[in-house]
Amino acid sequence: MKRLTPALMHLALLTYTVVALFPVFVILINSFKARKAIFREPLALPDADSFSLVGYQTVAMQGDFLLYFQNSMIVTVASLTFILLFGAMAAFALSEYRFRGNTLMGLYLALGIMIPIRIGTVAILEMMVKTGLVNTLWALILVYTAQGLPLAVFILSEFMKGVSDDLKNAGRIDGLSEYAIFFRLVLPLVRPALATVAVFNMIPIWNDLWFPLILAPAEEVKTLTLGSQVFIGQFVTDWNAVLSALSMAILPVMVLYVVFSRQLIRGITSGAVK
Amino acid sequence: MTALTLENVSKSFGKVEVLKDIDLTVEDGEFIVFVGPSGCGKSTLLRVIAGLEEATSGEVSIDGEKVNGIPPARRGIAMVFQSYALYPHLTVQDNMALGLKQDGAPKARVAEQVAKAARMLDLEPYLKRRPAELSGGQRQRVAIGRAIVRDPKLFLFDEPLSNLDAALRMNTRVEIAALHRTLKASMIYVTHDQIEAMTLADRIVVLRDGRIEQVGAPMDLYNDPANRFVAGFLGAPSMNFFERLPGTRAGEVLGVRPEYLRPEQGGRLRGTVTHVERLGGDTNLLVASDAGEGFAVRLFGQDPTRVGDDVAFDFDDARALRFDALGRRMR
Repeated sequence: MKRLTPALMHLALLTYTVVALFPVFVILINSFKARKAIFREPLALPDADSFSLVGYQTVAMQGDFLLYFQNSMIVTVASLTFILLFGAMAAFALSEYRFRGNTLMGLYLALGIMIPIRIGTVAILEMMVKTGLVNTLWALILVYTAQGLPLAVFILSEFMKGVSDDLKNAGRIDGLSEYAIFFRLVLPLVRPALATVAVFNMIPIWNDLWFPLILAPAEEVKTLTLGSQVFIGQFVTDWNAVLSALSMAILPVMVLYVVFSRQLIRGITSGAVK
Repeated sequence: MTALTLENVSKSFGKVEVLKDIDLTVEDGEFIVFVGPSGCGKSTLLRVIAGLEEATSGEVSIDGEKVNGIPPARRGIAMVFQSYALYPHLTVQDNMALGLKQDGAPKARVAEQVAKAARMLDLEPYLKRRPAELSGGQRQRVAIGRAIVRDPKLFLFDEPLSNLDAALRMNTRVEIAALHRTLKASMIYVTHDQIEAMTLADRIVVLRDGRIEQVGAPMDLYNDPANRFVAGFLGAPSMNFFERLPGTRAGEVLGVRPEYLRPEQGGRLRGTVTHVERLGGDTNLLVASDAGEGFAVRLFGQDPTRVGDDVAFDFDDARALRFDALGRRMR
């Protein structure tokens, strides 16, 4: 029985992994196949006969994919930076200081978790038009920051409550400013939580089609997801190009994920007050 | 010169009054221990002195200077915490140096102070290590070192030994006492452990429910407590209280320490032994008396008495303390 349980657990996990990775796998293999081969045998591996780089060639020729990559990267990294910075600061204030309306403020900030930001799309668009931010990356960065903050504040304030009061007080007695206590003592100790928040927010931002389509559809600010849409037409879709673009879109997000999850593991295994 | 003066210090959290009108003067070089049951306000009082909490009313002066409203770092104090509170990402050396560096002290002085503290506490081999690589006792020494380095006017200790095991606690207790003799600094030490209080203090401050019950030298408090609470709090096993002894008036309570009871045929205290603790040097008996009041007896050396034995004890009236119904001492 005792031997069986881990085996069963691993079986369940493996099944899940296969199911989760299968679509990615299908995208990857088909991106290296000729169009006919994609439709004839979608699950077959590319062989000498069906192997083709035509999709990647189309992507490289059509549009400015390097620019799209860059835009997606800027938006994702900047949004994550702001979410983590402002989220952590708000969380610190909520968890560390006693002030009137503390609980209400916490609830107000958490409310955003329950209300989808897309409901406000029209209002957001109007606002962006009035402030002249339409078709800028700032429009996206601001919206994604707003979208990510509630969950970030919620998760981080819980973690920050767990940071030893003695440690913060020791810092105060040693003459550290509240900012120094935040940046030098508290942030390093909640690094695993920061990484969690980053991972949670990164993927929806990177993959989002909605806001880029509405707020920043211009050529020079297109994100990768939006850029890939040129290959999807109403009547004809260039599947080679779509699959190739998607395959390439996975790479950067994977790199970011590895970076953050490293932090996650390191945060868990090091440190500790006692 | 007084190291610390507290005048009518009160502290409330919302409607809860945690400290009520505390008055206390600590002389230069004194070792003061705050002791009391949990929730008595002793840690809060220490935090008010440190400046981590502001007093709701009253005045706190350190070294003759009023410090209300002055941040902890500029009060000339250093604090040692129960959880050590070392900076996990800094080496032992940097942990100890941080306070002085923040003060803007010249590098040479920082290095000199750190070296001095490390020598005093035998921390020299560990200067380059991080807290995670040290044992509990070593971490506590680093925390003490961090306090020494700053050369404070007043040391504050917040239950520094509670996280150590018994043997280490005894060693560290001796080290802290030695440190006090070497540095001749004023120290305030919070604990709930009466042994630490008795062995370390020049004067003990006994607190209950946010009030000072009594202040005095350990033996004065032990021999001459002001009330029933102090009498019962200090000493282990704690003092026996009798209400139904022949000769006591109604409402009067008689207090006798367990070591002042001596076996005596036909003594005033008769009963049956319910429990025996043999400590080698001492033997403690718990007795259920025939009058219905349990009491403890401390016999020196080893004693053959067993559970279930019928025993009789008596005491010198001069050794007994009398309290009134409200617990106040009657002299």
